[in-house]
Amino acid sequence: MDARQLAGGIRAGRLEPQALEEGFSDLHPPYDDHEALVAADRCYFCHDAPCATACPTTIDIPLFIRQIATGTPEAAAKTILSQNILGGMCARVCPTETLCEEVCVREVAEGKPVEIGRLQRYATDRIMARNIHPFERAAPTGKRVAVVGAGPAGLACAHRLAMKGHDVVILDARPKPGGLNEFGIAAYKSTEDFAAREVDWLLGIGGIILETGKALGREVTLEGLKAEYDAVFLGLGLGGVNALGIDGGDRDGVSNAVDFISELRQAEDLAALPVGRDVVVIGGGMTAVDAAVQAKLLGALNVTIVYRRSQERMAASVFEQELAQAKGVRIICNATPKAVHGNGAVREIEFEFTDDDLTPTGERFRLPADQVFRAIGQSLVTEGLPTLDGRKIAVEGPGRTSLPGVWAGGDCAAGGDDLTVTAVAEGRDAAEDIHATLTR
Amino acid sequence: MADLTSDFVGIKSPNPFWLASAPPTDKEYNVRRAYEAGWGGVVWKTLGEDGPPVVNVNGPRYGAIWGADRRLLGLNNIELITDRPLEVNLREIKAVKRDYPDRALVVSLMVPCEEAAWKAILPLVEETGADGVELNFGCPHGMSERGMGSAVGQVPEYIEMVTRWVKQNSRMPCIVKLTPNITDIRKPAEAAKRGGADAVSLINTVNSITSVDLDLFAPEPTIDGKGAHGGLCGPAVKPIALNMVAEIARSPETRGLPISGIGGVTTWRDAAEFIALGAGNVQVCTAAMTYGFKVVQEMISGLSQYLDEKGVGLSDLVGRAVPNVSDWQNLNLNAISKAKIDQELCISCGRCYAACEDTSHQAIAMSDGRVFTVKDDECVACNLCVNVCPVEGCISMERMEVGATDPRTGKVVPAEFGDWTTHPNNPMARAAE
Repeated sequence: MDARQLAGGIRAGRLEPQALEEGFSDLHPPYDDHEALVAADRCYFCHDAPCATACPTTIDIPLFIRQIATGTPEAAAKTILSQNILGGMCARVCPTETLCEEVCVREVAEGKPVEIGRLQRYATDRIMARNIHPFERAAPTGKRVAVVGAGPAGLACAHRLAMKGHDVVILDARPKPGGLNEFGIAAYKSTEDFAAREVDWLLGIGGIILETGKALGREVTLEGLKAEYDAVFLGLGLGGVNALGIDGGDRDGVSNAVDFISELRQAEDLAALPVGRDVVVIGGGMTAVDAAVQAKLLGALNVTIVYRRSQERMAASVFEQELAQAKGVRIICNATPKAVHGNGAVREIEFEFTDDDLTPTGERFRLPADQVFRAIGQSLVTEGLPTLDGRKIAVEGPGRTSLPGVWAGGDCAAGGDDLTVTAVAEGRDAAEDIHATLTR
Repeated sequence: MADLTSDFVGIKSPNPFWLASAPPTDKEYNVRRAYEAGWGGVVWKTLGEDGPPVVNVNGPRYGAIWGADRRLLGLNNIELITDRPLEVNLREIKAVKRDYPDRALVVSLMVPCEEAAWKAILPLVEETGADGVELNFGCPHGMSERGMGSAVGQVPEYIEMVTRWVKQNSRMPCIVKLTPNITDIRKPAEAAKRGGADAVSLINTVNSITSVDLDLFAPEPTIDGKGAHGGLCGPAVKPIALNMVAEIARSPETRGLPISGIGGVTTWRDAAEFIALGAGNVQVCTAAMTYGFKVVQEMISGLSQYLDEKGVGLSDLVGRAVPNVSDWQNLNLNAISKAKIDQELCISCGRCYAACEDTSHQAIAMSDGRVFTVKDDECVACNLCVNVCPVEGCISMERMEVGATDPRTGKVVPAEFGDWTTHPNNPMARAAE
């Protein structure tokens, strides 16, 4: 341990470039050919396979694995991508341990599932490396569809619509497409600029125009889009971040975990990215884990996740929790933030222990902190949207909103888990419904 | 630890595991190391007549088929008999036998079908002190094109003739190695016996093309764009070999003729199966070529443990299963079984369901929660579900009690034995006494 790691405050260059490179390398390194064959051979080719049922995009997993086992990973990729055009990213970020791999009969029998996620990555990497786009556009329909948001839901919707012969314009508020794939997940899950490469590859279908820097309610309005296009799909995600609502919550050093992750993902040089010595992340989801682990990998000395309920109730999967702990992140549960102390910048953050119903116990403690990340959920910026269901856009069936001609999917739509794979399924299904509506 | 000492047609070895005549036994260097590793005996790679040695191809001589994790299941070769001078081989055989008197050393021979050729080579072999000779009437490639190997093994009259020459011109035990590339293995075995053979060994390799290069459109192994059939060995051929060994062991004409079992012996269990079907010992090649000489140590410990657990000696095991090898017409049609799925062991993969529903008797039901159960009123006990189930012991065949009613046929399970020979549907049925 050297002085740079012990130095207090938020500062850059806590670790050598080599340590940074190692820390931020691929979380699950890709299989080589032989490893893929060995892994594929473990699949039992189950009848009516539970893994496929568990997949939100219903990929025919036994079929694609058999295609890998027989030496045709490109065919395997087509099987995957025909259900999930972002199969490459989902192979990297899906919580497979709570989806397909959880119900794999070999997980049930032996505690060691077929590694479906890594096999999916093997197949999709192969087809992308060969720059094959396995789908063709249908004859032009003359219909035009606006897709708001170039995240997983919007991209999946746009691709399926383009494939059906419609002309699509994707509008995104950010300077780059990809949504959370590009800005919102840990770097070690999407190495070598994968999110951007995947979007480029996806656009290879043709018929999709991407317009960045265009936000709903800023450069465009829903009314305007409805008037200009034959249909509109809203896949705009959750733009707002929930506030802490406690004393000192706006002190210097307190920021949003999603902004930290986004900056990190876009950073040219990780050594130039500042991080605190004592980092506290408040929250219990994937974002909390992504922020905490990456803070640790940047060289923070002490990183603590504090979650207000018990560890079993954390939204982050057990795999993610264990990953954080393996990287040296401490997880404190049943504690809720009460105040952020400091003179200008944060010095300490005070918590109170709670039981599982969030009833305070009266017992308080303080953690030293020079950087605090809020990861207590994101919210929809709701102005000018269709009818809501709770805090999200109400949808019926395949993403139909209260407004005729307007569909929605992904995190901004009510129902479903806030997962990349769920967003892809919703975008795809809305596209099918839009197509059916437009060609009726 | 059980005594594995073996006496095969008077040839003694500390265990019944011999290396078959093949590349592993081509030279002194290998054979010494094989003995050191624990092999009970070797059959020296086939010698040809004196003169310029045969030549081998200078491209690939092996092809293969694989199972999961590239486990080698079958090996095909187009290698010929030894390509080293006769005199060198004989000198090495003599030296090795001198240093390892307790190990079996049998010399494989293949010379033209002329008595003079056999008369010439037999004294030379005898002079080395070797324990016996094995006549290679089995190799199906290359040498067979020149009228030797399987070209002899496919004509019983030639087998008998050559065997007789060997027995008349040598005092050594003579083992005749048979080719499986025939229709009825009993005929060549009978011929060998008539010629005076002390034993037969089988099987040699099976004619095969292991695969086709789909870019070159040529069989594997491919040499300069062409391929020729080779001989297949390894685990893939074991079922063929077991049947042929059993046929000879139970045939009235050849019963009692000592058999050296060959064909895919990879573990002690394979060896025990050959021995139970009548083999006095076994010969191994592919397992050694895949894993090295050390595999014999597992074979020794495994067979020894098995014999200890059974409380029998090696000689008691020989042929123990032969009386139970029967003809289809003698199988008990009144032995009625039903498949039963152990729900505790079932992992709900549904393979039994897919197999039965799509390709058999639609006798497995799939219900909510992926629960699979056998429909006794449809099950014919075909065993396919057992065979495709990935969990050993999960599905079993349970025999119905005498007096119970088979829900499939509505008939009561009879107590008495009843086979096809007495079945009412058999027009040739003998009247029951």
